[in-house]
Amino acid sequence: MPPISRGFQGRRRTDVDPARIPPGQYLTPDFPVLSAGPTPRTPPDAWTFSIDGAIDEPRRWTWAELLALPQETVTVDIHCVTKWSKLDTEWTGVSLDTLLDGVETAAEHVVAWSDGGYTTNLPLEDVTGGRAWIAHTYDGEPLAPEHGGPARLLVPHLYFWKSAKWVRGITLSVEDRPGFWEGYGYHNHGDPWREQRYWSD
Amino acid sequence: MAGAAVLERLTPRVPVTWRVATVRAVVDETPTARTLVLDVPGWPGHVAGQHVDVRLTAEDGYQAQRSYSIASGPEDPGLAITVQVVPGGEVSPYLAGEARPGDELELRGPIGGFFAWRVADGGPLLLVGGGSGLAPLMAMLRHRRAQASTVEARLLASVRGPADALYRAELDALGPREGLRVAWTYTRERPAGWTGFTGRVDAGMLAAVAPPPEAAPRCFVCGPTPFVETVADLLVRAGHDPRAVHAERFGPTGS
Ligand SMILES: Cc1cc2nc3c(=O)[nH]c(=O)nc-3n(C[C@H](O)[C@H](O)[C@H](O)COP(=O)(O)OP(=O)(O)OC[C@H]3O[C@@H](n4cnc5c(N)ncnc54)[C@H](O)[C@@H]3O)c2cc1C
Repeated sequence: MPPISRGFQGRRRTDVDPARIPPGQYLTPDFPVLSAGPTPRTPPDAWTFSIDGAIDEPRRWTWAELLALPQETVTVDIHCVTKWSKLDTEWTGVSLDTLLDGVETAAEHVVAWSDGGYTTNLPLEDVTGGRAWIAHTYDGEPLAPEHGGPARLLVPHLYFWKSAKWVRGITLSVEDRPGFWEGYGYHNHGDPWREQRYWSD
Repeated sequence: MAGAAVLERLTPRVPVTWRVATVRAVVDETPTARTLVLDVPGWPGHVAGQHVDVRLTAEDGYQAQRSYSIASGPEDPGLAITVQVVPGGEVSPYLAGEARPGDELELRGPIGGFFAWRVADGGPLLLVGGGSGLAPLMAMLRHRRAQASTVEARLLASVRGPADALYRAELDALGPREGLRVAWTYTRERPAGWTGFTGRVDAGMLAAVAPPPEAAPRCFVCGPTPFVETVADLLVRAGHDPRAVHAERFGPTGS
């Protein structure tokens, strides 16, 4: 039994379905920014997205090429490990299924890597099957640099540190290797519904 | 960013489980910020700069969690957090207003490891804090003092007015003075007779306070998100290696 915090009332939301809020999370109307270093600013014309690693022919797209691919607009809920959740966020981008279409690989894992040196690891099956995008538009506007623009990975069913900001590529790998926060003790998988915040959760 | 050896060192593999902490003392730092000194049985220790998750439970079982930087040094008895009241907030007004000695709350950690510094990591150090963002920087300076380290350390503290100057007396008295310089900037209201910096942190202030980029300082910037964005950008523009700029953003966009 957790101790009762004498006099603590809390602020219960009555206007949202509690089933949409993972354990330990609270709703926020704004869009907090959490990142470990300065915000990189790569102009779109210097930006590319690559798929490399366990793949016969690495793939690479320029900004214009990415925008020429089929685009999807999705409305999803997002959950940050620092406890805030935000409902009904709207993003536009390219599904990883599109980018990985026809790829033959023995890999079961991917590492997403970003400008600024950030990395995060995910099972391949978490970024396929309509569950992950390279998103460049948020709420109808170009994604702002502090939120990961020009483009970030969007994997809304995992804690948001997995949705690597400033993403520049993914490396397909047979072995699972921890990314940046995973190496500092955050959970390897990061499922908010199972409250997988830290490695021992 | 940091190599694997550093990761291992900073990530003690003690499970990050909830522990019951007891408030040992409360210290009013400013009219709107309070330090809670906590006894945490079984605490595995921490590195200056890391944070904890705090969980409160209401009588009907409702719970709320938030993150707070550890303000105490690893050598200090008791684990301290300094909480700034966010008006209308769910957790901070409770911690900074209601909690008293003897109260229990749940806590787990330490969490993080990138925004962290040990004397053995060396210097020079540039610490830039806005408001309650001074908390983890204070942990670093308390650690430096406990180790009697003379590593070169510069702190630039940005606060609204004299009433908001967190840890002011302790910082004034902090040793070893050798290698340590503390500068304040007052953004809204300055103390009588003040001749130091005023206004928001800008390039000129950083140039005056920071070791030059050639000295490759380890930079730690902490505070509200817009503050951290601005300062981190200024440091990169001034020629500091982006990989040496460690940022801890307290969250809201503050838009
Ligand atoms: C790693 C980390 C370390 C932190 N360390 C500290 C610390 O040492 N001391 C400390 O006081 N806080 C710290 N924070 C912030 C803290 O976790 C809470 O966000 C803060 O106490 C507000 O919580 P609340 O429940 O009172 O407000 P909420 O109920 O969460 O928010 C109420 C309203 O206030 C806004 N708001 C929330 N926080 C702020 C803010 N800081 N400034 C302006 N508006 C805000 C929200 O957007 C919301 O609209 C840290 C955050 C992180 C992620």
